[in-house]
Amino acid sequence: MNMTTEQTSETFVFTSENLEWAKGQIAKYPEGRQASAVMPLLHQAQKQNGGWLPMSAIDYIADMLEMPKMRVYEVASFYSMYNLKPIGKHLIEVCTTTPCWLRGSDDVVSAIREELGIGLGETTEDGEFTVLEVECQGACVNAPVLVYEEGFYEDLDGKSTKEIIEAIKSGAKPACGSRVGRKSSEPAAGLTSLNVQGGDA
Amino acid sequence: MLQDKDRIFTNLYGLQSWKLDAAKSRGDWDSTKELMAKGQDWIIDEMKASGLRGRGGAGFPTGLKWSFMPKESDGRPSYLVVNADEGEPGTCKDRDIMRHDPHKLIEGCLLAGFAMRAVAAYIYIRGEFFHEADVLEEAIEEARAAGLLGKNACGSGYDFDVYVHRGAGAYICGEETALIESLEGKKGQPRLKPPFPANVGVWGCPTTVNNVESIAVAPTILRRGAAWFSGLGRENNVGAKIFCISGHVNNPCNVEEEMGIPLKELIEKHAGGVRGGWDNLLAVIPGGSSVPLLPKSVCDSVLMDFDSLREVQSGLGTAAVIVMDKSTDIVKAIARLSAFYKHESCGQCTPCREGTGWMWRVMERLVAGNADMSEIDMLLEVTKQIEGHTICALGDAAAWPIQGLIRHFRPELERRIEEYKARAA
Amino acid sequence: MPTLTIDGNEVTVENGTTVLQACEVAGIEVPRFCYHERLSIAGNCRMCLVEMEKAPKLVASCAMPAGDGMVIHTNTEKVKKAREGVMEFLLINHPLDCPICDQGGECDLQDQSMAYGIGQQRYDENRRSVREKNMGPLIKTEMTRCIHCTRCVRFAEEVAGVPDLGAINRGENTEIMTYLEHSLASEMSGNVVDLCPVGALTSKPYAFSARPWELKHTETIDVHDAVGSNIRIDVRGREVMRALPRVHEDVNEEWISDKTRHAVDGLKYRRLDQPYVRVNGELQPASWQDAFAAIAAKTSGLSGEKMAAFVGDMQDMESMYALKQLMTSLGSKNIECRQDGANLDASERASYLFNSGIAGIDEADLILLVGTNPRLEAAVLNARILENVRARGLKVASIGAEADLTYDVEHLGEDASVLAELAAGKGDIFKALQAAEKPMLIVGQGALAREDGAVILKLARDLADKAGMVSEHWNGFNVLHTAAARVGGLDLGLVAENGQNINSLLGRAEAGEIEFVYLLGADEFDVSKLKDSFVVYQGTHGDAAVSVADVILPGAAYTEKDGTYINTEGRVQKAVKANVPPGDAREDWTILRALSEVVGHVLPFDTAAELNEKLVNELHLVDVVDVKPQAAWGDFGVEGDVAAGALISPVTDFYQTNPIARASKTMAACSAEFVQVGVALEEATGTHG
Repeated sequence: MNMTTEQTSETFVFTSENLEWAKGQIAKYPEGRQASAVMPLLHQAQKQNGGWLPMSAIDYIADMLEMPKMRVYEVASFYSMYNLKPIGKHLIEVCTTTPCWLRGSDDVVSAIREELGIGLGETTEDGEFTVLEVECQGACVNAPVLVYEEGFYEDLDGKSTKEIIEAIKSGAKPACGSRVGRKSSEPAAGLTSLNVQGGDA
Repeated sequence: MLQDKDRIFTNLYGLQSWKLDAAKSRGDWDSTKELMAKGQDWIIDEMKASGLRGRGGAGFPTGLKWSFMPKESDGRPSYLVVNADEGEPGTCKDRDIMRHDPHKLIEGCLLAGFAMRAVAAYIYIRGEFFHEADVLEEAIEEARAAGLLGKNACGSGYDFDVYVHRGAGAYICGEETALIESLEGKKGQPRLKPPFPANVGVWGCPTTVNNVESIAVAPTILRRGAAWFSGLGRENNVGAKIFCISGHVNNPCNVEEEMGIPLKELIEKHAGGVRGGWDNLLAVIPGGSSVPLLPKSVCDSVLMDFDSLREVQSGLGTAAVIVMDKSTDIVKAIARLSAFYKHESCGQCTPCREGTGWMWRVMERLVAGNADMSEIDMLLEVTKQIEGHTICALGDAAAWPIQGLIRHFRPELERRIEEYKARAA
Repeated sequence: MPTLTIDGNEVTVENGTTVLQACEVAGIEVPRFCYHERLSIAGNCRMCLVEMEKAPKLVASCAMPAGDGMVIHTNTEKVKKAREGVMEFLLINHPLDCPICDQGGECDLQDQSMAYGIGQQRYDENRRSVREKNMGPLIKTEMTRCIHCTRCVRFAEEVAGVPDLGAINRGENTEIMTYLEHSLASEMSGNVVDLCPVGALTSKPYAFSARPWELKHTETIDVHDAVGSNIRIDVRGREVMRALPRVHEDVNEEWISDKTRHAVDGLKYRRLDQPYVRVNGELQPASWQDAFAAIAAKTSGLSGEKMAAFVGDMQDMESMYALKQLMTSLGSKNIECRQDGANLDASERASYLFNSGIAGIDEADLILLVGTNPRLEAAVLNARILENVRARGLKVASIGAEADLTYDVEHLGEDASVLAELAAGKGDIFKALQAAEKPMLIVGQGALAREDGAVILKLARDLADKAGMVSEHWNGFNVLHTAAARVGGLDLGLVAENGQNINSLLGRAEAGEIEFVYLLGADEFDVSKLKDSFVVYQGTHGDAAVSVADVILPGAAYTEKDGTYINTEGRVQKAVKANVPPGDAREDWTILRALSEVVGHVLPFDTAAELNEKLVNELHLVDVVDVKPQAAWGDFGVEGDVAAGALISPVTDFYQTNPIARASKTMAACSAEFVQVGVALEEATGTHG
């Protein structure tokens, strides 16, 4: 079913795939504890609905989990990953917490402004991009970091940030990970440990 | 300095595959059944003897924590909950464990869960770790398919399962009772203690909440023996652990090192040294954003463990070392942390809800120097009005960075105020 | 029984006591905002921090269980500092608008800042302002004043059973609101205003109308339902400004329904403030003498057989007794208190009482509701059922029309035949009732006010008997009344003789066999059946019966006279006069006494004291005040067949059940908001669905 945002904000139902998935989530928790599934279900609803949660989705999930609607709304408003208002087609999240800031998150923010003409918390006029400031994403030794479509883009500077935005504009999903050529969190200049082969035995 | 042979996380950087076969070749899931056959008491005693202290920040002895769980059920099942809500600024060690060495965590869940007679483990992973959660779920599937989890796990006769629960963006859920609330489908607001989770935890059942690293090191400790682990580091601060070195260093990285390694050695050996050289160092936050910073003079000689850092009025916390060189606007660096705590306050209790905003607003003015000299002391008092008065430790965590700043950089604050006054005049 | 040392004094307390409660036992005041003894513990305000030896930090005394050997200090510098700190934090974003705040003068924040604050402010940043939220016609919000104690949220979920209030967002952006800013749809909603320790939630109808120090308080009894809630009436001059709950653990704890609280503006409107006599089809103002003369002209020479009297739902014992004496003196035995036609008779007291007692609900382990909607008929009592459901897992089953009672109910069916099955010893619920330790059967007027009501009464009685619900120490048979006057009326025997009831009397009136009908505040029946009779209406409001009245005698409402009421449990309670009746209106018994002189049979009492003496002589139980009686078990009801058709509660619109409520603008607004909109919605859904 191909629903538009306007339609989904009036009524929301899971697609049949998502409904199945939701049942699997509920099954992870003990009998009668289905409320535990509220967060994954809200997340899936948001994903299905173009990145934001309409109140109709909150109602729908409340009914599905037999929770008071207010309790579901409390949850949706409490956690920062739920968007209760529509957002742009592409969501760029920039971490600016101290470890990223120390490594130049200001340059990332400036590069985005230059590329998209918008700052933190703003959406481009054409509705294509929303940029949000986020708190520490837990990738501090790869700072600064931005998040796009569930992927972390790490070890950024202004230039690499622009390249990422340009790629997204051109319709690609750039590969995530470090922009200074390292695999993950190892020292970029070469291993200082684990350079002797062998396990812990 | 730790040798590779004593490193537990041999795939920390993901240079090898995380998959079950590769994990097994690194020694994971080796004789798990035999370890279980030694019994619950043996496992807990061994963990106690190993001297492992919780790797989530508080440093509570892990074996002792496990021993608080009921040995006989009153009808309620027991649960192990793994705190993978890694979000303390500066910290990114659990991320590497989960994406590169997930089987260490999963095997640890089984052993810990078995030891505390839990029926299942729920790994509460922060929602932002999409990839890590996917890896973890796949690894759990692998383990299930291989008979390592589920009914008769590892052929031990014990039934045990592991589930992944994804968060949705709330630092406070790293607090164990907030995490439990969140796991129950509520807002992540910390609970009052008592009752403690070992009595009343998730869904009203006995629960132990452990950090990812604490659980993931358990299988290796049990295999290699408590004596091996406690032989590393120094008394009361034993073992190895993962350090995260971020900020103004040449090569920011994660590294597993011995407890008690000198801070300077840690930075120079693994992170390529401070940008511009050691003398260009201004300050270090040694244990994640919550602990008070240390000026260079202290950094010169301090050791990286619980007790050494406490002696210098800071803490090991999550062992996330945030390095700041002399180019750093230190007031702004701390003000940004104040913004973080304001943003992450759950809003439940008065001192934190109201105090974090107050502190942040004063800090923002102090960045520019737009304040009265007396406000430095007032700010310090406000931090003391929050510290120790809140339901959970977030209040303390918000207060300490500012206390550290005032303790070590008061002249800098005064200079800004004077300069601002001079400009205004 | 732990023994603690608090500020140097040893105190021993019950198990399960908190440190805060232990401090109270020791006579030491501990300030608090979020803690409330009838709500779950939140521990969020941090005002009650005390020092506990061996604890690394101060502890929230409200949440800390008292333990043996604990050493507590409440008066140290550390504690003082902590309180000052919390006070300061609470005040930094609290507006200093006390002069225009209705909470002023009765504000916990104001009081405690005087006692525990530092008396100055250091906060120099912008203050938070929070948008007002809609919560409906009763609750006015000024959310900038909110201190986030969450008492209202906890009340809504735990006591009202309507979990529509919540705290959204987080940190300093936390805001209390109802879901989508809907009106708080609870019959108990007004209690959140009492619970709010600041002026965030205040009474909308009472907004800006009085200051607490201008008010005269009178402790009295509510009559809007048969619970007999203990209330305080606050009066300024002649006007009732508000009704507030008083604590009575066995009756209303400390809650009252929204009708009890907010129908009081109905005391001002549509009042009958002078006598009227119908002349040429038009009601004309008249003097008392003329009005009495008009009555005497009708009764003179009329046989008592041709007379009847109906008693309303809100009457005090004194006026009912006086009416009984008057009618008896006129030779009539057709005095009827069962306005709704309930098939109860006055012979066995246990047959019409709530025998378990309202507090008995706390002990019950299974409740079967028959033809009652306690949420609408006795909201406070329903909250008590919910409390037990939540706290101890009480199970509730019901027979009758399905309704949302705020807790889970096992619905057994709509029809009386379901009860017949149970009474025959069939069904799982019968077994459960048998097995239950303290089962309760609650029979409502929806089961009794029917043609087959006496049969249903018998079935209910037999079920109670057969399932062993009645023993020496427990009587699980309960009748839930909707009228404050009903038990008293039955106790006085105000039941027409020879099996007649209001319907048969009305039939006889229509047939012309009854020519004279005296209505003492009775409006809750089809008054059009009296259009050909000579009707005296003694009452307070221009309500239904006025349209057929030939003589109107203005009486006093429940706040305007001393009076005795007997609640559904059979508990005798004394109402106290708080203000004076309007205009020429008089206290009811004095009207009857004065009329008796004119109609020729002078009643034998001149003072309230004399009346009371006579009343007690006739009905000793009136003298035993505020005790839940133990009525002897017996046989009652009538054998027979039950009719088909759902048992339906007589209350459909909670807000419009009596003349005062119907005159109340506040109740009209509530009815429009909560009942009529609901009906419209249901119809709309029906059409579209």
